[in-house]
Amino acid sequence: MNNLLVADSVSKNFGEFRALNDVSIAVPKGSIFGLLGPNGAGKTTLIRIINQITMPDSGHVLLDGEALRPEHIQNIGYLPEERGLYKSMKVGEQALYLAQLKGLTKQEARKRLKYWFEKLEIGDWWNKKIQELSKGQAQKIQFIVTVLHQPKLLIFDEPFSGFDPINANLIKDEILQLRDEGATVIFSTHRMESVEELCDHIALIHKSNKVLDGKLTDIKRQFKTNTFEVGLQTDAIENVTNAIKEKFEVLPATFKNLNDDVKLNVKLNAQDNSNDLLSFLTSKAEVHHFVEVIPSANDIFIQTVKNN
Amino acid sequence: MNHLPLIIKREYLTKVKNKSFIIMTFVSPLIMVALVALVAYLSQINNDKERVISILDETEELSSVFENTEHTTYNILTSDTNLETAKELVKAKEDFGLLYIEKSPDTASIVANVRFFSDESPSLSIMSGLERKIEKKLTDTNLKNGGVDIQQIKASEANITIAQETFTGEKTSKIDSYLKLAFGGAAGYLLFMFIIIYGNMIMRSVIEEKTSRIIEVIISSVKPIQLMMGKIIGTSLAGITQFAIWVILGSILVFALTAILGISMADLQTPQQEIMNQAMQNPDIANEVQLGMASFFNLPLGNLIVAFMFFFIGGYLLYSSLYAAVGAAVDNETDTQQFMMPIIMPLILAVYVGIFTVIDDPHGTVSTVFSFIPFTSPVVMLMRIPFGVPIWQQVLSFVILAGTFVFTVWFAAKIYRVGILMYGKKPSYKELYKWIKY
Repeated sequence: MNNLLVADSVSKNFGEFRALNDVSIAVPKGSIFGLLGPNGAGKTTLIRIINQITMPDSGHVLLDGEALRPEHIQNIGYLPEERGLYKSMKVGEQALYLAQLKGLTKQEARKRLKYWFEKLEIGDWWNKKIQELSKGQAQKIQFIVTVLHQPKLLIFDEPFSGFDPINANLIKDEILQLRDEGATVIFSTHRMESVEELCDHIALIHKSNKVLDGKLTDIKRQFKTNTFEVGLQTDAIENVTNAIKEKFEVLPATFKNLNDDVKLNVKLNAQDNSNDLLSFLTSKAEVHHFVEVIPSANDIFIQTVKNN
Repeated sequence: MNHLPLIIKREYLTKVKNKSFIIMTFVSPLIMVALVALVAYLSQINNDKERVISILDETEELSSVFENTEHTTYNILTSDTNLETAKELVKAKEDFGLLYIEKSPDTASIVANVRFFSDESPSLSIMSGLERKIEKKLTDTNLKNGGVDIQQIKASEANITIAQETFTGEKTSKIDSYLKLAFGGAAGYLLFMFIIIYGNMIMRSVIEEKTSRIIEVIISSVKPIQLMMGKIIGTSLAGITQFAIWVILGSILVFALTAILGISMADLQTPQQEIMNQAMQNPDIANEVQLGMASFFNLPLGNLIVAFMFFFIGGYLLYSSLYAAVGAAVDNETDTQQFMMPIIMPLILAVYVGIFTVIDDPHGTVSTVFSFIPFTSPVVMLMRIPFGVPIWQQVLSFVILAGTFVFTVWFAAKIYRVGILMYGKKPSYKELYKWIKY
């Protein structure tokens, strides 16, 4: 079994509205899986089904090869997008309570909390009330509570919102470390740069349907247009540009460089490879810049959503 | 996994440790007792005011009936005083008022010619007191004029108290009925108050979880119905704690106050109680009171206690689950109004039906029917039980109630489950109906 979580043809209706239409995903063990999609696409519904908050109308979900059972909530840590804590409860008490709800004993929870509080340097918050903390501070508590019971599957919905860059980085490192220690992470966000940075696999849900999924590198390969960003130095700018335009499909390019005279995005012809382009260019001018244009997660997202 | 005890414990502890809850618990009995003491004190002051009423009796026959009392002094003017002079005199002396009985040939015309002059309009009790005195004297005069011997009439008056007894031989009495009414009324009213106070508390606590956005964190670990039941039970336990403290503190305070300030019960006596006291000296009624005391022990106490527990819990669960559902459906307290009406209405109806029809006829059609309708049965049945309700009726009523609360808990859980995850919109009844089908 290489997949920790498999959702198989999951559908869910809310009255007339179909929130999920026959969606299947497979989350490989030890990966960080990006669950993407525009607002209202059905991501949260899928996440809630995985957490057994909502039941699917059809289809089923397997965790580690077993159909989801109530006991499985101990193996899942969920940080919802709409999150908060009891405002007037003390930090320590609250963390203990939430940990116990996840099946930890009080002693074990206390021990682990101590470890995490020291790790994130918040040991002196134990007796503070949540309402005395800032939003970012409360988010830290929320993060600890999510991972405290060492679940096999972690689900983070916009985990970095509310954090300053330093703390966001801290949390990012913690997520990566948890992954390295064997946890599998489902990561839902609208921030494509964190997808780029963290995710191994992604699935894109749009209007209740899954429109894209796979390894991020495979998807990028699938989306690449065989276009190269080119920077050339020459005295005969016009001539060189025209010569290239004659032979290739060309778009203007912008990138930072010191003194390139010609900046272009050049698309390979079907029969050519990059060496053919490069040798053509070297014959015309001095090549300073030659990079394959790799589609960003952002591009892929926008392109897919627009095309559907 | 069963997290119910954990949730109950948290709900209980947060409620009990809450500052305003603690303040409410300890200050309310103080306020209540202080209020009662204040009212008693004020009414005492009110009574202390001495009134002087001048009487101008031109007939010279009636003035003898006006005997001074503690609060009222009658100032009998000479019968030849002119009415206008008398008015001036009373005004100058700042007396309360002037009763003028015009000289008339016979009693019939005296009746039509009695007038009262005063600055402020006198209270009903003063007027009826004066009227009673004159009426009695005039009636006696009429009787005497008609040749009837008053002594004989008095001697021939019969006074009857019907001895009540059930077929099984238990002696009952009217006082018995009052006692039953008091017990039933107290039980029903207690339930009513409890539902309103702690139902609201449950509702607020559900709304709090929604607004603080912790709800999704919690229900990824706990089934919504467990959370809801935990909330209801935890809050009820906190409520019972608060009620118990109120009762204990209240009685201590009343005891202490009466001891320290010397506000004895005698001073707080209302006129009715005075009449009762006088009546007590009548051997027949004293006998009846003894019967009443005995009948306290004849009350179906065992039945009352058991039924109280069952109907209290049943009724409370029924309503509190609805409160929880309302809390789940809305985002903030101001939006609760439209959903509160259908909850409060049957409750109020129950209390009114209980008070008006049960007094009238505890086993009449209306009271019986309402003691089976689940939304009113807890209150109405509790009020009826002291009058002796057949066990089969109680059991049937409770079975209906239990069936209904299973249904409302299910219904509330449905709304709760969907509602707690809905933010930002105020749902309509139509939407609530749709949620049930999700």
